Amino acid sequence: MPNMSPEKTPIPEQAPEVRRHNFDEVAKGYTEEMAINEATRCLNCKNRPCVSGCPVNIQIPDFIAQVVKGDYEEAYKVITASSSLPAVCGRVCPQETQCESKCVRGIKGESVGIGRLERFVADYHMNNAKKKPEKPAPNGHRVAVIGSGPSGLTCAGSLAKKGYKVTVFEAFHTAGGVLMYGIPEFRLPKAIVQKEIEGLKDLGVDIRTNMVMGKIMSVDELLEDGFEAVFVGTGAGLPNFMGMEGEGLIGVYSANEFLTRINLMKAYKDEYDTPIIRPKNVAVVGGGNVAMDAARSALRLGAENVYIVYRRSEEEMPARNEEIHHAKQEGVNFMLLRNPVRVLGDESGKVTGLECIEMELGEPDASGRRRPVAKEGSEFTLDVDAVIIAIGNAPNPLIRSTTPGLEANRKGCIVVDEETMKTTKEGVYAGGDAVTGAATVIKAMGAGRLAAESIDKYIMGK
Amino acid sequence: MYKILEKTSLNPSMTKMAVEAPLIAKKAKPGQFIIFRVDEFGERVPLTIADTDKEKGSVTIIYQKVGSSTQLLDTLEQGDYILDFVGPLGAATELEGYKKVAVIGGGAGCAIAYPQAKALYNMGTAVDVIAGFRNTDLIILEDEMKAVSDNLYLMTDDGSNGNKGFVTNALEENIKNGADYDLVIAIGPVPMMKAVCQLTKQHGIKTIVSMNPIMIDGTGMCGGCRLTVGGKTKFACVDGPDFDGHEVDFDELMKRNVMYRSMEQTSREKNCRLIRNKEADSNA
Repeated sequence: MPNMSPEKTPIPEQAPEVRRHNFDEVAKGYTEEMAINEATRCLNCKNRPCVSGCPVNIQIPDFIAQVVKGDYEEAYKVITASSSLPAVCGRVCPQETQCESKCVRGIKGESVGIGRLERFVADYHMNNAKKKPEKPAPNGHRVAVIGSGPSGLTCAGSLAKKGYKVTVFEAFHTAGGVLMYGIPEFRLPKAIVQKEIEGLKDLGVDIRTNMVMGKIMSVDELLEDGFEAVFVGTGAGLPNFMGMEGEGLIGVYSANEFLTRINLMKAYKDEYDTPIIRPKNVAVVGGGNVAMDAARSALRLGAENVYIVYRRSEEEMPARNEEIHHAKQEGVNFMLLRNPVRVLGDESGKVTGLECIEMELGEPDASGRRRPVAKEGSEFTLDVDAVIIAIGNAPNPLIRSTTPGLEANRKGCIVVDEETMKTTKEGVYAGGDAVTGAATVIKAMGAGRLAAESIDKYIMGK
Repeated sequence: MYKILEKTSLNPSMTKMAVEAPLIAKKAKPGQFIIFRVDEFGERVPLTIADTDKEKGSVTIIYQKVGSSTQLLDTLEQGDYILDFVGPLGAATELEGYKKVAVIGGGAGCAIAYPQAKALYNMGTAVDVIAGFRNTDLIILEDEMKAVSDNLYLMTDDGSNGNKGFVTNALEENIKNGADYDLVIAIGPVPMMKAVCQLTKQHGIKTIVSMNPIMIDGTGMCGGCRLTVGGKTKFACVDGPDFDGHEVDFDELMKRNVMYRSMEQTSREKNCRLIRNKEADSNA
């Protein structure tokens, strides 16, 4: 008999007043008992709507059935047949708009906690698996992957499983891309990311850090060097600024810089040399997941007041509901329908405040969201000593500007055939934020997987 | 890991280091920089490439022991390894098409001015090098700069080398005496670059300055190295490090560069302890 409880089995979490002062993971994960309890809520429907909601097509009911049986290793095998980074996806995928949004149980009550179960299975494997996966038999073909974020790692993993010798080139000193520098420890522990990457190395993937491709080597040189195909997964790493007065003041950070100092460079730990301003009052401009990450990180650095300044209403916020909920629980102040006008500073060039203006929603714009319009004369000043700009990123130009024949659109996104992720240059494929502009981890993984299939067909067909 | 092939002290505060990095050596051009990180706990620090040797596969850097990271780097010796060494970053300086160029270096800036002068000189451009130091004990690269210039003007703030004055004094005099420069390249402390630019603007001489601001990744990702050039936000790491000196907002830059000064102090103290501990360990 299925468990007919209308609600998901709760996942243990650190209390908000405790966790706002530490960088430990917020959600603690299911015990075996909780996992089995949740798994029995799955009706194992015939038409599997959840699978259609998953960008990498994980056979969800199959892995859940294995959890019910208590065969977690088998469940892990089902997941990894489709996903290269299950412990990551279980934590940061927006399941509520993907697999879980299609779950039949969600019609009356809450959907099955697919994300929580995926996380449980991945963590169980990480903590208990004894033997390393067997290295696939080499097929003698080499592929280069540029960028070690979610799309690059997925592409590398998928190809390695087919026997390709894959070399991943990463510009930073640590592999993982946004999983390492962007998403905070309290949402995605870095040790878990590194364990997932170790898993890829066990499959034979070679990871070379400190390699800024486009500078130290070009795509053409990789192709001349014997790589038969190249996957470009360089992400959306160029932070946008507002273009307002005072953005050069001390205490104005791009979310990228603020988060990189904390996540990759560990500025919150005493033994690291990384400096960071520890502000008392902080305004974070933007309404996406990155804005929530920056706001919650600022709290953990010791800020007393953290404001989210967002020009539309909560309904239009692109951040996941869970992130907004967590941020509110932890005490982040939401200044909605407010837009920054300029950053104020003192003589030494330090931030003293953020002047904002009230907004109201007008007619829908091209994105379908109602366009915010400034209310004249409604300016006010937030007293803050730091401003973090989290209004999105543009794709990094290093590859496209050094690769003749690789076309990009007006926004700088690499142009691909969406069915195959093939670019306009022979043998070169691309995916993730470098193609779409800033999007989600799982979409990037979906693109990486699709590109791997196309690369396989391309090389095998030569 | 990147092996230190050679380490030479240039003066009490400056050191020259050749590091094994063949791929970077193959690609680097004058004006480009690298980022190093000494160990797992260290910062990522940008340094302009002073020289390369493609055959040996080495990249030469020259650093001043001013911050905790350069002090830490200086504890390493020939044969030791640096954890991370990334490059070549930034755009190369555009040196084509000039007849007579004044290359100006201030203090540690000479380490960066030198490869520019060398490249220009080798292209057959007429090159005057003007180098300024606080005193005669701090002079570096004198022979090297002499070898790649038609005229070398060495200035000291205190006159201890017998030639008292700032680089701007020498530059102004040369301009007055009819040195018909079509380009000035100025590399050194921000106040020096600002002063040079003020002077060259009066004379309508195009001036390139090289920026070395705070940055993390060096690929455009963090935006920490942004500065205002001609009223627009630019990233020194990808748009630079060279910029039109007449367009740079130097005052903003000077404020941004001292952003972490108090924190650097703490880190330096921490590091000193670290270095002391190391010494204590090796003596034990």
